[in-house]
Amino acid sequence: MNSGIPVQYFLILATVMFFTGIYGFLTRRNLITILMSVELILNSVNINFLAFNRYLYPHKLEGMFFSLFIIAVAASEAAVVIAIIINIYRRFTTINVEDVNEMKF
Amino acid sequence: MINFSYTIWIPLLPFLMFILLGLAGHKLKPKLSGLLGTGGLGIITVLSYITAFKYFFTSEKVDGAYQKITALNFTWLQFTDKLHIDLGVLLDPISVMMLVVISTVSFMVHIYSLGYMKDEKGFERFFAFLSLFSFSMLGLVLATNIFQMYIFWELVGVSSFLLIGFYYQKPSAVRASKKAFIVTRFADLGFLIGILILSFNTKTFDFITLTNPAGSAIAQGGGIVFLGLSVMTWSMIFVFMGGVGKSAMFPFHIWLPDAMEGPTPVSALIHAATMVVAGVYLVARMFPIYALSAPVALNVVAWVGAFTSLFAAVIACTQTDIKRVLAYSTMSQIGYMMLALGVAGYGGHEGLGYMASMFHLFTHAMFKALLFLGAGAIIHAVHSNYMTEMGGLRKYLPVTHITFLIACLTIAGIPPLSGFFSKDEILAAAFHSNKLLFAIEYAVAGLTAFYMFRLYFSIFWGKDTQYHHTPQEAPATMTVPLIILAVGSVFSGIIPFNKLVTSDGKILESEIELMIAIPSVLIGLLGIGVAYIMYRKESAIPDRLAATFKYGYKWAYNKFYIDELYLFVTKKIIFRYISDPVAWFDRHIVDGTMNTIASVTQNFSFRIRAFQSGQLQKYAFVFITGAIMLAILFIYLWK
Repeated sequence: MNSGIPVQYFLILATVMFFTGIYGFLTRRNLITILMSVELILNSVNINFLAFNRYLYPHKLEGMFFSLFIIAVAASEAAVVIAIIINIYRRFTTINVEDVNEMKF
Repeated sequence: MINFSYTIWIPLLPFLMFILLGLAGHKLKPKLSGLLGTGGLGIITVLSYITAFKYFFTSEKVDGAYQKITALNFTWLQFTDKLHIDLGVLLDPISVMMLVVISTVSFMVHIYSLGYMKDEKGFERFFAFLSLFSFSMLGLVLATNIFQMYIFWELVGVSSFLLIGFYYQKPSAVRASKKAFIVTRFADLGFLIGILILSFNTKTFDFITLTNPAGSAIAQGGGIVFLGLSVMTWSMIFVFMGGVGKSAMFPFHIWLPDAMEGPTPVSALIHAATMVVAGVYLVARMFPIYALSAPVALNVVAWVGAFTSLFAAVIACTQTDIKRVLAYSTMSQIGYMMLALGVAGYGGHEGLGYMASMFHLFTHAMFKALLFLGAGAIIHAVHSNYMTEMGGLRKYLPVTHITFLIACLTIAGIPPLSGFFSKDEILAAAFHSNKLLFAIEYAVAGLTAFYMFRLYFSIFWGKDTQYHHTPQEAPATMTVPLIILAVGSVFSGIIPFNKLVTSDGKILESEIELMIAIPSVLIGLLGIGVAYIMYRKESAIPDRLAATFKYGYKWAYNKFYIDELYLFVTKKIIFRYISDPVAWFDRHIVDGTMNTIASVTQNFSFRIRAFQSGQLQKYAFVFITGAIMLAILFIYLWK
């Protein structure tokens, strides 16, 4: 059971994915890419959940269920965000996040 | 036990009429709304007379004394078990007497107004206000407790305000209504303080408990002394302050002459016969407390009354606006009533002054309403308020002339008219109590006769003034009330008040004392005689007299500069040295603090607003940096 890949590997993977997501979120200008970065962040969290669940409490399933919930929430969030992006496109004819800046002082 | 519960309709009916005319009056024809208001009052008059008859002649007496009957009482506001405010109907000799006075005069004034106010704008509004006033005044006299009285007391103040300011396009009327309201309201502050002290010490608002001479209320509070006077005395002085305001006694008299800006029927009803005697009624209502537990306060009542009656009579001799002369005469006569209460004691022959005061209140309501309505008829015919522009009117206004003459003779105290009887009782009461007060009142009796006949001769005799158009006698709606009130003025003197309205409800044996009656008639005749010489025909005597007593005349003509004194005190002292600094403090310190806070915030936010750039990723960057900082904080510092 505990043979195979050590937990640090999972954590390193998750960290890399997480900061890749952050980096993408902060630097990409396209809203769709930003959404993809968010998904990356969420999935890195999922990996953490699963790894810790497996490593610390192999006979329990809370971590699994949490991941399932996060996946479901991420799916619905994606649907909502895409609807918002479509509306933004209709209004501004662009999905560049720098041009969508009307909500300011 | 007779069932008096129907008396609830006496105040309620005018209230319903007020609601009806106030809400739907503009949709009705003016004539119909006038008739509705008058009809309502007619019903109340009948009810009042029935009540009076049943109360005085068929109700049970205990020990030969009329009982106070609570016809109806319900708890209106219940705060705690002990502290509750009730509304109800209390019947006793004075409230029943006031019912008769108010309903009679109010009914007459309603009929008169149908003619006087005809074709005026706001005819139905006028009748709505009259109904409101009747409701408040009836509620006041029927009050079962002092708090109910206070509520209705304020309501009559409001209706008086509304009616004085009836011609609201006229700046002088607006000013007068404001003045009346503010002055009386200021005095009512004293009334409220008095009520609070009184009820705090006696633990009750209820009149029957309060004024029961054998009850505990009178015994309590007498022991506690504050500034040399018992607490009861202080509270009674404060309560009297409310009465001083409402009854236009010195020094709160300044509103009454100005209140004459209102329509004349209003002056007759409110400012002569009913509302202004509310102060007298108040003292009479609380009389057992005054007499038994606060004799110093009763002395204050006597001296305020005596001073006002003299003061007002002197001013009345110099005024030329006929309504103002009558206003000062009203003040003078109410001073009489106050004085009579002030010299009275509780029970037995001591209570002569109490009976005399109520008697004079009754007769005064009749003849003063008559005088005002007569003045209204004259003003209606001549279109002027000034007696200098009148003269020789007896040829044009025969009915007004005769009724006015009757009223003048009545107020001058000529037997066998009613004024003679009531005034004689007052003088007798004063004579047996305090010779100085008697001397003042004796002089005032002469002055009264003089100024009333100065008025009478200048209007109806004197020079033959040429009028632009011939004055016409008023229509029947106006002359009929005059005649009815004249009959009342002549015959109300035979009502045996000593059997009906006394301080302890028992019969008071009193008879006319010739020693006092004859000189009082003589001084009345003397006043009339002087007025006859000076004003019967145009003569130079008045002007020469005025020139001789130049300063005295000028002082009296300008009402002893009391108004100016008030203006000086308010504008020059209170406004300048208290209100202005307070306003400055408010504007600069209080508002200034707030403005500074606001402008600092505004400046600061103006500088940092660029932070809100609308750039999503900048926000995200800040957020993530913050989160990382927090994480570091937790990891390394949260040990």
